[in-house]
Amino acid sequence: MTVRSEIPMRPGPAIDRRTFLDTLLTVGFVSTAAAIVYPVSRYLVPPATGEPATASVVASTLAALKPNSGLLFKFGNKPGIVIRTAEGEVRAFSAVCTHLDCTVQFKTDTAQLWCPCHNGLYDVGGNVVSGPPPRSLERFVVNLRGEAGAEDIVVSRGSS
Amino acid sequence: MLKRVIAWVDERVDLSDVRNFIAHKTVPIHTQEVWYYLGGMTLFLFAVQVVTGILLLLYYRPSAAEAYESVQFIVSQVEFGWLIRNIHSWSANLLVGLAFAHFMSVFLLKSYRKPREMTWVTGILLLFLMLGFGFSGYLLPWNELSFFATKVGTGIAGSIPLAGKFLLRLLRGGDDVTGATLSRFYAVHVAVLPALTTVLVAGHLLLVQRQGMSLPLAIERRVKAGEPLREMRFFPNYVMRDVLAWYIALALLAALAAFYPWELGKKADPFAPVPVGIRPEWYFLAMFHTLKLLPSHILGLEGERLGVFAFGLAAALLVLVPFLDRRANRGESSPLFTIVAVLGLIYFVTFTIIGRYAK
Repeated sequence: MTVRSEIPMRPGPAIDRRTFLDTLLTVGFVSTAAAIVYPVSRYLVPPATGEPATASVVASTLAALKPNSGLLFKFGNKPGIVIRTAEGEVRAFSAVCTHLDCTVQFKTDTAQLWCPCHNGLYDVGGNVVSGPPPRSLERFVVNLRGEAGAEDIVVSRGSS
Repeated sequence: MLKRVIAWVDERVDLSDVRNFIAHKTVPIHTQEVWYYLGGMTLFLFAVQVVTGILLLLYYRPSAAEAYESVQFIVSQVEFGWLIRNIHSWSANLLVGLAFAHFMSVFLLKSYRKPREMTWVTGILLLFLMLGFGFSGYLLPWNELSFFATKVGTGIAGSIPLAGKFLLRLLRGGDDVTGATLSRFYAVHVAVLPALTTVLVAGHLLLVQRQGMSLPLAIERRVKAGEPLREMRFFPNYVMRDVLAWYIALALLAALAAFYPWELGKKADPFAPVPVGIRPEWYFLAMFHTLKLLPSHILGLEGERLGVFAFGLAAALLVLVPFLDRRANRGESSPLFTIVAVLGLIYFVTFTIIGRYAK
């Protein structure tokens, strides 16, 4: 008879050395991977440049914009287009085509806004006439400022 | 899952060679075994450089007008940009340090002897490439210190006899260090050197795997005399230790990058006075200081030229070491080469320290 049997050995939960080490290693590797993947994925996201604070810009002077013509201008960091209809009315739109972000231009022969990338056509009200664009162009508010004969075309976003 | 992928590949491309190779590869166990890990750690840091380098490319702009600002943007605006840049800078320095240590240990253990001459030559060339990476990368943030250090560094190339003027213009992309130099260094740093390094690393590793680890001379002699050599299996025993060494390198790197940010300094201004204490990266300090100490004329020759010539000769001799050390090739000890290596090491360490603190 041995004395050893006096202390009863209880069979605990079956975790052997291998499982224990495997778990330890896995946790270690996964944490390392996480500590690398997290900063790298955050790094890949470009920092927000911030919406342009400018809500309105001087697009051009009225004198420079002949009837039945259009001019591109910088609105924040996106292009805008200001047009003057044959009747002399001044309108302004975002020049970013609603289809795939190309820049639209004024077609003098048909008096339409035209996107050359996929042949999208808008009328002088910014509404889609034909082609792939899903929506009409964003319209800006136009104000004329200054003395008669030397007015600036002031373009601003939103309703006024 | 992984097993199934391997089985799928195996079914199409017979992998039994690779599997047999890994299963039967062994690594000797002996007192000098610790040096075996340096090469692996250097390789690991190189991988870190490739990854962080590519990440930096996403925001870096290589022009005199924008380079400094883009690095500033990376470290101040981009999330974790400071971490990526610090790791790239610290890893570069640790990498050169480890490559030096690896080189020195191989030199002293005479592991370059037959049949490993090609491993040595590719290794030395890789060491030179790493110095090239350091030199070209140093300029890229386009700050005051790196600008003037590059002026001096490329100026040294200009003192090489005959080809000097040509080399200087080739390096600088003109007569002076300008935006054109930056473009060149950028191209060299991100395209030319990585391509060359990839080829050489592949060759170096292939040779190491193919030939197995070298034994130190004394141990090799005892093994030849019939003493049994203790060995461990490459996989998983040795790989496990290698990975542990990488972990240590990674931990060290992360700690350094987090607690000791790399300074950006002031933007380079070619018309500003040279800042006091202009010096290159630490691994060029010994050379830099030596050239500083040389008198303007030695035996009727220009001191600077003589110095540059001596360094060039030393570099060439270094490449040729396995072909010069005939005794080691025969398996005999070659104390002359040990003495030269130790003297070289002492020179490098003392001149680096003096160069660091000299006015």
